[in-house]
Amino acid sequence: MQELHTQTLTQLAAGMQRGDFSSVELIEVLLGRIESLDQSLNAFITVTADAALAAAARADDARAAGDAGVLNGLPVVHKDIFCTKGVTTTCGSRMLENFVSPYDATIVERLAAAGAVVLGKTNMDEFAMGSSSETSYFGPVRNPWDRERSPGGSSGGSAAAVAARLAPAATGTDTGGSIRQPAALTGTVGMKPTYGRVSRYGMVAFASSLDQAGVITRSTEDAALLLGVMAGFDQRDSTSIDRPVPDYVASLAKSLKGLRIGIVRQHFDAGLEEKTAAAVRESLAVLEAQGAILTEVDLPNLDLSVPTYYVVAPAECSSNMSRFDGVRFGHRAKDPEDLFDLYCRSRGEGFGAEVKRRIMTGTYVLSAGYYDAYYLKAQRVRQLIAQDFNKAFAEVDIIAGPTSPTPAFRLGDKTDDPITMYLNDIYTIGANLAGLPAISTPCGFVDGLPVGLHLVGPHFGEETVLRCAHQYQQQTDWHEACPEGYQ
Amino acid sequence: MSLDKDQVQHIALLARLKLADDELDETVDKLSRIVDFVDQLSAAATDDVLPMAHPLNESQRLRSDRVTETDERDEIQKNAPAIEKGLYIVPKVLQ
Repeated sequence: MQELHTQTLTQLAAGMQRGDFSSVELIEVLLGRIESLDQSLNAFITVTADAALAAAARADDARAAGDAGVLNGLPVVHKDIFCTKGVTTTCGSRMLENFVSPYDATIVERLAAAGAVVLGKTNMDEFAMGSSSETSYFGPVRNPWDRERSPGGSSGGSAAAVAARLAPAATGTDTGGSIRQPAALTGTVGMKPTYGRVSRYGMVAFASSLDQAGVITRSTEDAALLLGVMAGFDQRDSTSIDRPVPDYVASLAKSLKGLRIGIVRQHFDAGLEEKTAAAVRESLAVLEAQGAILTEVDLPNLDLSVPTYYVVAPAECSSNMSRFDGVRFGHRAKDPEDLFDLYCRSRGEGFGAEVKRRIMTGTYVLSAGYYDAYYLKAQRVRQLIAQDFNKAFAEVDIIAGPTSPTPAFRLGDKTDDPITMYLNDIYTIGANLAGLPAISTPCGFVDGLPVGLHLVGPHFGEETVLRCAHQYQQQTDWHEACPEGYQ
Repeated sequence: MSLDKDQVQHIALLARLKLADDELDETVDKLSRIVDFVDQLSAAATDDVLPMAHPLNESQRLRSDRVTETDERDEIQKNAPAIEKGLYIVPKVLQ
């Protein structure tokens, strides 16, 4: 039998169904790996070993009683941005170091109801603000492909855990690329659904009009399986969309014959590293050989997507972060002189440098005299960017290109200049600004480091995006590659 | 530098953030770079473009006005740094 930690959720589900092993046996194997290997990665903030073993035992009982959910006994890990009742939810911040949520996020609830077993909570950029998982109060996450390098971010802990076979699947959140970029940099599959497809209830808010929950897995089939459980209307999220959830797994089988794939002219301009471009071009040829029709399309305002994002996201961040006041929950400064001092010092001590910069950027662009010039202007440009995508999707079914301009960079390499860090997300941010579903799937290696192929679909085009990635994976084995030392 | 120390200190005050002295210079430098970077938006032609309100053009959903939440004060206040008799404790506001 193939070793348990190397199997995908889909394989594990079949194995448990056949009675090859129990959930308790599986969970024990993975907890053992986390214990011995995670010190090399720092992918976890909290490991919930006892609760996981208890949940696994319940899952085994449920199966014996003929009452197994679709994810019965299968392990997942949650990004530490999702509220979990009775377990700390830190968001990678000193501010929430001791915060224990009184409730579960909707997706935590839905996965648990389907029988999933949670192994722990994963490390991340503080409040999901970053592209390298270096801004965490709990220390940076390391990339299993090269531990001197970043796994990307902000869902870097989730991506590193899945890549290193510490867990077959993880949840993540994506505001500007925070699922897809780490997936690309770790050789995993990362899916961000349409805005409103998955509930944001219980997910600590960063930029509410851009945030969306999704998954990181080692196969598209697994991404489809999890998304089917997580997606769907939720009354507790005011932007949740009330629309039936299709059978994502069933949608994977159809061939790519006749699928129109748009290649964005602007994607291959300066900025894209040469070998990365070559790997992506090769993957496009694979799709073409499978019957897809490649066409060139334009996204003329692509260059403006990063500056637009860095007005809209900090603006929303500054509003959302105002809830941290040192009074109701979170870090509180000692011996405050007065209420004002309590606010300023609690926030000054509780937040790290990047979070403070984003709050201040947002405060500036929303302040009197600057609102029209920055915030309103950015929301107009955002409309232009969304219109560009609409025009492109009138001609093609899907847009394909690189996920990230370079493979994984060295820890510390981009921390001096915020703009260099921000430009990592040039290819992914557009999908957030326009609310589109997108996936990153492994498509090759550059100097031993994984490269991701990025596929973007129209609103609610999850089935096409997943199918395209799945069919690509039937012809290639990049997604099966495992980093040295984690086999 | 597009921003100076006074401006950054004013923004920090608006944002209720206390910056340590050694944080200030770096913040002035990095915030200036961010503001310069986003300034390129001003060149975009957007005269007839409506600002985006929602990526899917959805409008806010309404619900009937009835009580849906139960009282969970004690549970919620477990996360509070200082409480007394169910109240949040803050420094004296009125002398």
